Amino acid sequence: MPRQIAFYGKGGIGKSTTSQNTLAALVEMDQKILIVGCDPKADSTRLILNTKLQDTVLHLAAKAGSVEDLELEDVMKIGYKGIKCTESGGPEPGVGCAGRGVITAINFLEENGAYDDVDYVSYDVLGDVVCGGFAMPIRENKAQEIYIVMSGEMMALFAANNIAKGILKYAGSGGVRLGGLICNERQTDRELDLAETLAKRINTQLIHFVPRDNVVQHAELRRQTVIQYKPDCQQAIEYRNLATKIHANGGKGTIPTPISMEELEDMLIEFGIMKTDEQALADLQAKEASLCSAG
Amino acid sequence: MSLDNAPDAAFNEALIKEVLAQYPEKAAKRRGRHLNVKKTDDAGSSCGVKSNIKSVPGVMTIRGCAYAGSKGVVWGPVKDMLHISHGPVGCGHYSWSQRRNYFNGTVGIDSFVTMQITSDFQERDIVFGGDKNLEKMIDELNDLFPLNKGISIQSECPIGLIGDDIEAVAKKKNKDIGKPVVPVRCEGFRGVSQSLGHHIANDAIRDWVFEKTKPEWETGPYDVNLIADYNIGGDAWPSRRLLEEMGLRVVGMWSGDATLAEMERAPKAKLNLIHCYRSMNYICRHMEEKYNIPWVEYNFFGPSQIAKSLRKIASQFDETIQANAEKVIAKYEGLVAAVLAKYKPRLEGKKVMLYVGGLRPRHVANAYDDLGMTIVGTGYEFAHNDDYQRTTDYVKDGTLIYDDVSGYELEKFIEKIRPDLVGSGIKEKYATQKMGVPFRQMHSWDYSGPYHGYDGFAIFARDMDMAINSPIWSKFKAPWKAA
Repeated sequence: MPRQIAFYGKGGIGKSTTSQNTLAALVEMDQKILIVGCDPKADSTRLILNTKLQDTVLHLAAKAGSVEDLELEDVMKIGYKGIKCTESGGPEPGVGCAGRGVITAINFLEENGAYDDVDYVSYDVLGDVVCGGFAMPIRENKAQEIYIVMSGEMMALFAANNIAKGILKYAGSGGVRLGGLICNERQTDRELDLAETLAKRINTQLIHFVPRDNVVQHAELRRQTVIQYKPDCQQAIEYRNLATKIHANGGKGTIPTPISMEELEDMLIEFGIMKTDEQALADLQAKEASLCSAG
Repeated sequence: MSLDNAPDAAFNEALIKEVLAQYPEKAAKRRGRHLNVKKTDDAGSSCGVKSNIKSVPGVMTIRGCAYAGSKGVVWGPVKDMLHISHGPVGCGHYSWSQRRNYFNGTVGIDSFVTMQITSDFQERDIVFGGDKNLEKMIDELNDLFPLNKGISIQSECPIGLIGDDIEAVAKKKNKDIGKPVVPVRCEGFRGVSQSLGHHIANDAIRDWVFEKTKPEWETGPYDVNLIADYNIGGDAWPSRRLLEEMGLRVVGMWSGDATLAEMERAPKAKLNLIHCYRSMNYICRHMEEKYNIPWVEYNFFGPSQIAKSLRKIASQFDETIQANAEKVIAKYEGLVAAVLAKYKPRLEGKKVMLYVGGLRPRHVANAYDDLGMTIVGTGYEFAHNDDYQRTTDYVKDGTLIYDDVSGYELEKFIEKIRPDLVGSGIKEKYATQKMGVPFRQMHSWDYSGPYHGYDGFAIFARDMDMAINSPIWSKFKAPWKAA
């Protein structure tokens, strides 16, 4: 059985970028990899395939009639250094059920042998765990370790804690574990410190702090990973470090201990990111007073 | 065994305690609110039970779902419309052929009641939405069955889960095919029983049928709608005949043997006559508020209720109609006397337990009384508080009352009370008969009927006699007795 990992995190945090760069580094370590994109936007494989968007399982299935009419070759593309790429796809925004789509696509891939002969299966999952469908990679002995991509921004921290709740829910029955947090630097106040504290509070580790570097954008514009675009730059080394750490982290995942909303808010207040209600009111009054005196 | 003919309140109260004792504490507390005996005190009469509450998980309940209430009860019998079971195939498949809603017409040509029409959702429809298929399906249906007068979309559970916009499809296709297309949001998971499905179906009539067309015809002073008779085994036909013999003009009969046109023109009637209060009081109240049409509940089970109802209906009209009502009652006196002469001696003193849907547990009680029989226990699957209030007029003090009864409870009640007849549904039939107790299905009339009206009473009496006095019971031997 391949080792199965999944990347979760708040929308727009850089899950797809981080996961593809990490996997490109892993393939350099002679690992055979399958990517399962679980996002209706289907952008989990473009840096590996160096193309626009690939045809998704569900769109091909809809065209053919049903998933039973598809062959594995129809939906699997080979990208950078032999990485196998699939995208579940899903409906256009506002119709149907994308969660069900993820379930259908993953079942199809598994039943048709996509998981045979690979060392890693990596799931890249949309935003928050909004419903049962998007929890699919966590359930039923699929991903063994979840990596949460986050940053020092408040909403990213909230999302990370929520995802930990989702993992906890299935940790007992399915054996899924939290592999760690990956902090994608946004240059917020005391970001590293905050990420490490949150990791400790929810019983995990900050597996790597990925610094911000514009080379990532440059590579993305060319539909490439940094590993492929500038293999010798510092950012490529960062992703290789992350890949090495993840590779060494097999079986070391933990059962998370998500914290309550209040605890999380208290933590943010401690770090000066969020104000207490009294503070917020005082600030507001001060602002009004200054406006009045100015007027 | 209580041999006394009147319901024994003390015995029944002890029986309820005994039955509840078998449950875990929490379940016993919850179920306890649904079991009681009818009492009359200074505060008035009461059945003393709670109703229309979610069933206790783990017990066998007999209830259905909102889809069953809309497609199975209210909309399904409208004969000249196509009713799409929108969703996966099962809901439509297992409700295929409808209840025994008789209708005149040719199936597949101008009538479609017994057809199973489904959008047969596949995985693809769930993921990408079923709207496009639904549109295509409506076009195809309209081509295949050009004499259809309209189409209704009966939502199954997944429609609500994936949020398909069936209203938008309905509006679009209404323009395209030039016929009413009615979206009904009766997803099965809504509500605690089929009852909410009735309400949703009524609301769909209000929002998507009324005032959508302008039916032009000459109204008369005696125009009435016969509401909520589903024509089980042809029940609505003798009912309609009685009203017509009185001089009333039945301009709409819902929804047994109904056409869409009868629903469209309903707001022009002078009076609404409602039989099944539970499933269609909503639309009657709406017509009262909006169009100022009064409504009257009536009961055509058994001669005493028929006479009472005919007089009550006639009192809404002039003296001619009132005189006609008396004539009608007199006309059937002979028939009633003959039925009673033949069957009453064979049925007198027999004890009956009922467990039916939302109307009959009270409505048929006096028909049994007319035959000299006694209701010793009764209960509803999905009634509300107002139904239990109405029930107090029909049953004697001490009668055992059970709401949303579980399989275990009903079985125990039958075992301990040993009634001479149980009237309930197919799921209860064979279990009861195996206990050696005669049984009649009171949803489907056990493939007989009609039971409404004077003609129906004759059939009702014959069927009850057939069940109770069948020679089969003398061949029944308890296994512990020596052969």
